[in-house]
Amino acid sequence: MEFLRHAINPWGDDVLLGVSWDLIWAAVVVGALFVVGHALMVPKKTGDETVDPDEARDLPDKVLRHTTGARAFHWSMTVAMFVLLVTSFFPLVGIQFPWVTIHWVAGFGLILTVLYHIWHVFAKQDFRTMLVGGKDVAEGVLALKKALRATDAEAPRPGKYPADQKMFHHVAGVVTVGAIVTGVLMMYRIDHVLWEQNPYLFGDAAWGVIYVIHGLCGVGLIFLVIAHVYFAVRPEKRWMTWSMINGWITRDKYLQNHDPKRWEVVDREAGTASRDAGSGG
Amino acid sequence: MAVIRDMIPPFELYQPSGVEDAVRLVGEHGDQGWVLAGGLDTFDWLKDRIKRPAAVIDLGGVAELGGISETDDGGLEIGAMARLTAVAESGDVRSRFPLLAEAAGLVATPQIRNQGTLGGNIVQDTRCWYYRSGWPCYRAGGNVCYAGTSRSMNREHCILGASRCVAVNPSDTAPALVALDAEMTVANASGERTYAARDFFIGPEIDITRMTVLEPGDLLTRVRLPAPQPGARWYFEKIRDRKSWDFSLASVASVLHVDGDVVRDARIVVNGVAPYPVRSDAAEAVARGRAPDDETGQMAGEAAVQDARALRHNDYKIALMRNLVKRSVRDAA
Repeated sequence: MEFLRHAINPWGDDVLLGVSWDLIWAAVVVGALFVVGHALMVPKKTGDETVDPDEARDLPDKVLRHTTGARAFHWSMTVAMFVLLVTSFFPLVGIQFPWVTIHWVAGFGLILTVLYHIWHVFAKQDFRTMLVGGKDVAEGVLALKKALRATDAEAPRPGKYPADQKMFHHVAGVVTVGAIVTGVLMMYRIDHVLWEQNPYLFGDAAWGVIYVIHGLCGVGLIFLVIAHVYFAVRPEKRWMTWSMINGWITRDKYLQNHDPKRWEVVDREAGTASRDAGSGG
Repeated sequence: MAVIRDMIPPFELYQPSGVEDAVRLVGEHGDQGWVLAGGLDTFDWLKDRIKRPAAVIDLGGVAELGGISETDDGGLEIGAMARLTAVAESGDVRSRFPLLAEAAGLVATPQIRNQGTLGGNIVQDTRCWYYRSGWPCYRAGGNVCYAGTSRSMNREHCILGASRCVAVNPSDTAPALVALDAEMTVANASGERTYAARDFFIGPEIDITRMTVLEPGDLLTRVRLPAPQPGARWYFEKIRDRKSWDFSLASVASVLHVDGDVVRDARIVVNGVAPYPVRSDAAEAVARGRAPDDETGQMAGEAAVQDARALRHNDYKIALMRNLVKRSVRDAA
């Protein structure tokens, strides 16, 4: 298996073209191995967790976990991401169709959702809920040890987002931004309605690096999507998945999976829980 | 620029004597194999060392691919290895499909037509010189089109159907076959498939590295022409820089079914303006129900170029296409 694609131009120069598309299958295989390995190694939660009646007092039945705006972003980005992955990789594995225009239009859809997300997080939400702090690192290490059955200690309840979700968000964010930035630059190489084509914006070597980054991000997203979908359908995580559809979680799930001191229900009447005090440390 | 050398890089040469063997060899060697028909496109690629197949499958000894025969329904079946001269001079082709005879007779020179085959003319690769000179462009598997920019030499390139690549289909017989509603038979290890000529040619938006549906392991074996409709009118014209010998800048092929003084049906195909022969649905729609006169031709020509978009050096092709379509409606006989 090769990792990069090269070509020789008529002057004999070696031109870097991008990543080898063998990496598509590598990402699929690694994703499948991860899913199988995780499913076999990590025990499912028993579901017999109880809640502290004192903590439950005065809490509403339903606690808002994702606002309508946040859910709209998530599902818009999902659609854009799937269109991008399908239009980029299906033709490469032999399913041919006119993909270029659909791909860059979906890419701009993704950019719009990301811009909306950034605005929404800073203007309407508390971005600190997603910051990784010392507690998150310690809890992440503990969760990993527990997954590997290296400890029996229970990890403390996290704030709004557990450490693994934060890490996934940040890795996916970096990979997505990498794909977006390089994708926008790559649009200088094709003819479209937004700006004039200029394939000589960079030299061959720089273009090669841009294509490599774009390819790596794309292949990386295959793995991340596999992992994300896998966790979304795992039985003990489905309450979270449902919350991305209907917005709320039950009081019991809130208390079983979140520390009320680190993710406080602010509006007890409406069930709005948005103050996360547990990211730092 | 490409370095032309006398020595072709080494390859294994296979010379099957039957279609079955040929299909098996083509399948066995897949993307490392190269099908040699007349050799007129092949040897450019091999001498320039741009294409370096491990195996060449020479179809010259497959006699059954060279025939021209009548079909049960009154049409014709032409083997992919039929020489262009044979097609152009065949009595059957000339009497029933003069459009194809005309197109085949305008390919290059008599010597080239004696050697070149119908199949080779149909599946030949584009003449884009950036691509043929070995530049790692999209069509060559790279990630740039050197011909499509404002600084490129793109006088011969496309005005329609561009999708990253702006190369054009160079075949003279292809538009005629699309206009005649021909069917292409493709064989591979799994059996035979048949494609309408219109679907046989694909653009870069489908697969930027191919000009036809043929994939590694596929072999074009026959072209089947359905029986001509009585009274059908036809027109073919090829515009080239040198009248004596050249690839077309643009060509048009049309078949009109005229009832009284009204066009009942039309197939108008232009080549050299897109990466595939363009069947102009818009021009055909304009022509239907109208008299095949100058006015209708003018309207059809305008309709044909409504989506055309010129590159820096080829805006002349828009006027060229407009006038070719106009004449193909007005002067079809």
